[in-house]
Amino acid sequence: MAPKFEKAKAIEKENIVVDGVDISGHWNRMFEQRVITEYTPELIEKIADIPNAESFANCYQCAKCVAVCPVDVVGNYGPRKLYRYAQTGMDLTEAPELWLCTTCANCLRVCPKEVNMVKIMPAAREQAILDGKFVPNELQQAFENTAKSGNPLGQPQRKRDAWIKDAGVEIPVMKDLGRKVDVLWYVGSYPSYHPRGIDAASAAARIFTALGIDFAILGKEEKDDADSQRLAGEKGLFEMMTEYNIETFNKYEWDELVVTGPHELNAFKNVYPKYGFERPVVHYTTFLARHLDKLKPMLKHPVNKKITYHDPCYLGRHNGEYDAPRQLLEAIPGVELVEMGRNRENGYCCGGGGGGMWMDSFTAKHTNMRLSEKRAMEAASTGANVLAVACPFEVSRFSDAVKSTGNEHVDVLDILELLDRSMRGE
Amino acid sequence: MNIVVAIKHIPSIADDLPVSGNNVDFDSVDFVLNEFDEQSIEQAVLVKEAVGGTVTVVGVDLIEELDNILHLAIAKGADKAVKVTADEPGADSHMQAKWLSEAIKGLSPDIVFAGVQASNDLDGQIGPMIAAHLDMPYIGGVSSVEVADGTATVNKEFAGGVGAKYSVSLPMVVGVQAAAKPPRYAPISKVRQVAQTATIDTVEPSGDASSGLTFKKMAPPVATGHAEMIDGSPKEVAAKIVELLKSKGLA
Ligand code: SF4
Ligand code: SF4
Repeated sequence: MAPKFEKAKAIEKENIVVDGVDISGHWNRMFEQRVITEYTPELIEKIADIPNAESFANCYQCAKCVAVCPVDVVGNYGPRKLYRYAQTGMDLTEAPELWLCTTCANCLRVCPKEVNMVKIMPAAREQAILDGKFVPNELQQAFENTAKSGNPLGQPQRKRDAWIKDAGVEIPVMKDLGRKVDVLWYVGSYPSYHPRGIDAASAAARIFTALGIDFAILGKEEKDDADSQRLAGEKGLFEMMTEYNIETFNKYEWDELVVTGPHELNAFKNVYPKYGFERPVVHYTTFLARHLDKLKPMLKHPVNKKITYHDPCYLGRHNGEYDAPRQLLEAIPGVELVEMGRNRENGYCCGGGGGGMWMDSFTAKHTNMRLSEKRAMEAASTGANVLAVACPFEVSRFSDAVKSTGNEHVDVLDILELLDRSMRGE
Repeated sequence: MNIVVAIKHIPSIADDLPVSGNNVDFDSVDFVLNEFDEQSIEQAVLVKEAVGGTVTVVGVDLIEELDNILHLAIAKGADKAVKVTADEPGADSHMQAKWLSEAIKGLSPDIVFAGVQASNDLDGQIGPMIAAHLDMPYIGGVSSVEVADGTATVNKEFAGGVGAKYSVSLPMVVGVQAAAKPPRYAPISKVRQVAQTATIDTVEPSGDASSGLTFKKMAPPVATGHAEMIDGSPKEVAAKIVELLKSKGLA
């Protein structure tokens, strides 16, 4: 039987002469051999040889990642570029690029080859730290503070629950309570010490109390989760804090752990199981959304604002929670919720993850704008007058960013603060 | 070269100091490494890196928690650690200097580093007293040290930004104000590794050298007066200051 299709033939002239010059060639002839040996794979292998950073070598340079990398929007970045830089002579363990990734995971979402910066970066950074390579000073300071004081801000451990006396409601502390509770609320370092964080923590306490939740906090026994320090390369510090935290959590009886911050959620829910801690952990947005039926009638006072919500990387992409925060905001009377162009799965990063929280000045030197500033501008361009957040890193970052970009008219508020306002009518 | 660093574990003043009876409430206060000792450990490691040798860190274990500090020092580049097991949280600088000297003697040091002072006794005496016990010269307020051919060249800081360079034949004791470089960061992974593998030598406290001081009373300072803020334009403020000085008979 004759073949159905004939093999295609290249349409080709035997001889082409243009302006007297013979430029004849074959359709697939190379005039010169393509140089593929001028780059050595050594510096790529150097990274891929580090345990957990193997996927660095998977990259086949499709560049899908660059289009979604938040750092590339304000500079020159993304896994593809790092791979290319390594190919052309950059030792990632010694380059400033090592510290720019926020482990936001947007590249991983689109990468066909599963190049995983969330694993590569901590591993390569740990290697650099152990080898005594350059580590940004500000980051070292945060490590030291965490190791010495139990929080990256360097505040005294004894003052960790000093905020509770001004919260306006009774906040039980596990140690004094001496009984089982339904909810152990892990407040977190920024909500315990940072003035804007304390605003959110106090709001949370009032909301929990109004809902009649049987909760308590660890008070002076609470220490930082150190997840961002882990992602910034200080695994030993993370493990030290983890041992302490697990022991403290297990000292008391409770049914569910509610956290204020997405980074804590990530640590306790996704990483602690490796260290033998497997108990229910939820972010406050998920927790409150569950109580929405009871909460909604309490939200009596309208908050007449146009609000846009920023998805924290570690709540959204890392933990899949996109709806609860929006449900809470929509439950507040008077609120008009508008979305920024980059939202949900493709949400932009505030720049605080992966240790970025403590490298602002360093990062600023290697980008043309802070990520938080870029995002503040995106928020302002929606016409919103409130930028709502659900991560304790973000309130201070965005408050600075709206000022530095001339968008002071945009208020940066935690969802907790907005709920509290609607409840109390301020 | 035998490099020795004498360190001090002191109550943390990151928070209000708890007082009980006539002394600090040692049970409810955190202990930390004296911050000048962080500088002196760094300076010792820098000297070792420049000329070779071993760095031995020696401290008095006041509350049985010194191991962490010694592990940290090893992670930063020290080679050996020795603790004097005193279990006496209130031991003053005279006692500690005596115990440290006894422990250091056996190490035949070429150079001994100590932090220039500590925030508990604040007398800056550990270094000079160790020097006296070991019969060595002492220079304090030092901000850099270089060693070559049995001689140390040290920079000493004086008030008003004046500095002086001294050449001293070793052995000697140096009171470190600041290391030539900021103290390095020791990754906790490394500290934890050290904690598993390092051995810490233990010696009993020997010798007695109390300062002879006894505490009669210790109490947090009471705020008496407070500052008066003067508002207004520069002119108004100046006028008010003149008036104030006159009213106090000072102008
Ligand atoms: S998306 Fe993945 S494979 Fe494509 S360039 Fe980026 S890292 Fe490489
Ligand atoms: S994790 Fe985020 S910041 Fe890092 S390379 Fe990927 S997209 Fe860029």
